[in-house]
Amino acid sequence: MDFDYFMQLFLGGLTRGSIYALIALGYTMVYGIIQLINFAHGEIYMIGAFTGLIVSSVLTMAGMPTLGVVIMAAMAAVIYSSAYGYTMEKIAYKPLRNAPRLSALISAIGMSLFLQNYVLLAQTSDFLPFPSLIPDFDFWEPYAHLISSPELVILATTFVVMMLLTVLIKFTRIGKAMRATSQDKIMAALLGINVDRIISVTFVVGSATAAIGGLLIASHIGQINFYMGFIAGIKAFVAAVLGGIGSIPGAVLGSFVLGWTESFFTGYISSDYEDVFAFIILVVILIFRPSGILGKSETQKV
Amino acid sequence: MKKMGKVSAILSILLFAAVALTGNLFAADTIKFGVAGAHSGDLASYGLPSVKAAELVVKKVNANGGILGKQVELLVEDDVCKPEVAGNTATKLVSDGVNVVLGHICSGATKAALGFYKDAGIVVMSPSATTPDLTLSGDYPNFFRTIAHDAVQAQLQVKYATQVLKVKKIAILHDKGDYGKGQAELAQKYFTEAGVEVALFEGVTPGAMDYSAIVTKLSRTKPDLVIWGGYHPEASKIVAQMRKKRMKTAFMGGDGVKDNTFIKVAGKYAEGVYATGPMDISSNPLAIQAKKEHQDAYGSDPGAFFDAAYSATLALLNAIEKAGSTDYDAIVKVLHTDLVDTPLGKIKFDEHGDATGIGFSVYKVENGKFVEQK
Repeated sequence: MDFDYFMQLFLGGLTRGSIYALIALGYTMVYGIIQLINFAHGEIYMIGAFTGLIVSSVLTMAGMPTLGVVIMAAMAAVIYSSAYGYTMEKIAYKPLRNAPRLSALISAIGMSLFLQNYVLLAQTSDFLPFPSLIPDFDFWEPYAHLISSPELVILATTFVVMMLLTVLIKFTRIGKAMRATSQDKIMAALLGINVDRIISVTFVVGSATAAIGGLLIASHIGQINFYMGFIAGIKAFVAAVLGGIGSIPGAVLGSFVLGWTESFFTGYISSDYEDVFAFIILVVILIFRPSGILGKSETQKV
Repeated sequence: MKKMGKVSAILSILLFAAVALTGNLFAADTIKFGVAGAHSGDLASYGLPSVKAAELVVKKVNANGGILGKQVELLVEDDVCKPEVAGNTATKLVSDGVNVVLGHICSGATKAALGFYKDAGIVVMSPSATTPDLTLSGDYPNFFRTIAHDAVQAQLQVKYATQVLKVKKIAILHDKGDYGKGQAELAQKYFTEAGVEVALFEGVTPGAMDYSAIVTKLSRTKPDLVIWGGYHPEASKIVAQMRKKRMKTAFMGGDGVKDNTFIKVAGKYAEGVYATGPMDISSNPLAIQAKKEHQDAYGSDPGAFFDAAYSATLALLNAIEKAGSTDYDAIVKVLHTDLVDTPLGKIKFDEHGDATGIGFSVYKVENGKFVEQK
């Protein structure tokens, strides 16, 4: 019984951590390349969910089968959010590339508020129902209550996205160029790498994973609103810092640690202080490992 | 120069006397009906419908010859729903010699003003102040209201849960906010008093990504019923996750859940969810008539607390008429004993000053609609 309870909390934390991870990847990659904390990243996740809702509603009304709806909604969310990420970088960050780092940070916060209010006005402030894109299968007992099919899909998708990202960064030309850019922008440019293009690619890839996260959680929870990106974004940012910002495995590990912390804390102690303890963990880790769990230690001012 | 001073002094004394005299003259001739509440500022939409309700009733009464042979005069004072202003508003109304007051609108402002009226021996009736203490503490015997207080909802939940659902063990969740936590604490108090075991009492973070951990915890405590204090967005998330975890436990919320958006968002998971909310009065002929009067006079639908304010005005004027005077004790006695027909139904007031016969009903979601449970 108790092991069973532990497993439920473990898997719940893992699911939540997976979504954090999909968002945190964008934070960590952007930071790795241009040392910017893109506070508008949570809004990209929200826009992904909204795009998914609009596309899936239209397609369902048009009578498309569920599988087709899922694929089209996912593609639309990824493409649309990536376009937002790309544009955002071009308007809000590129002109400030050589400005003091604080300016870009403020620009990011402005972008976040702008996107929230834009969606609020363009859509609605209400909570909107989100269709279950992933059918809810009944697993056989004694596993039915441990994990549901949507949660399994979330875990599997996160795993696949991580794999693809690792391949992209480790084994492709563009990945090599990304690593080079993050190491030394000027040197990379001197060696003939188009730094601006690499930065754009980073924003696009980060936005795509966030959009997938937004779509998955919206379909699992069944509701979205314009504000959903704010808390999720903050938590994912914390996860990225926890794991060591700039490090991709770190973002994933940090997300899982955060997801588990919240889940176990709620399960064994009290959900009243869930957030308090999530942030205490952050502070404690940063006291002993200022660069995060997997981060490289180098002193930098933000 | 000196002479001028004397003349003006005499003149002003005469003028003062004249004003005081006319004041007295009118005072003898009318029944002064005070209306206090937020009539400007960001909460004006809560207060103005009460003014209109009083105007409509008083106009009708005056057209029929008034009460006790006198016309009813409205004295409208704004308190902006601010406790620090409400004291002045009350003082102003008291010094103007009001006989009864309809108001105030906000609980905080009402509490600030009540002392002044109590000292002056004036009956006050609010259409909207719901803090339980205003009546239950017994500090303000001059205070009445035509809206059910917050604890009524909790008491109703307890009654329904123990008598109809026959629960033995419950879990209470809330959203940590003033409204949600307040509801949850009242529910905890009354359920414990009713001998029901409260197995879990916890707050969740509104807007959190998911609630799987707290739902897991819920399912481990195996409650017969989950009580939710808070609004519908979190409620729909929690219910959906409970159902996905194969938890069939009944779920009950308050008026924050009794909202059609809840059904829209929670979809099929909303089925069977209980929620308490204000009683449905739309079929009451007096309510229909009051709404029509408003429509005719102002060309729009009435706003917040209009029915409660309309009923309060009727109850106050009825009490004065039955009492045969504006004497405080006589009015209070009639309010406690006499039934009066209002848009809210036939009401009188219990020993605390809360209207009986009005309040909340339990609703259950059946086929995508809130259905009142008898």
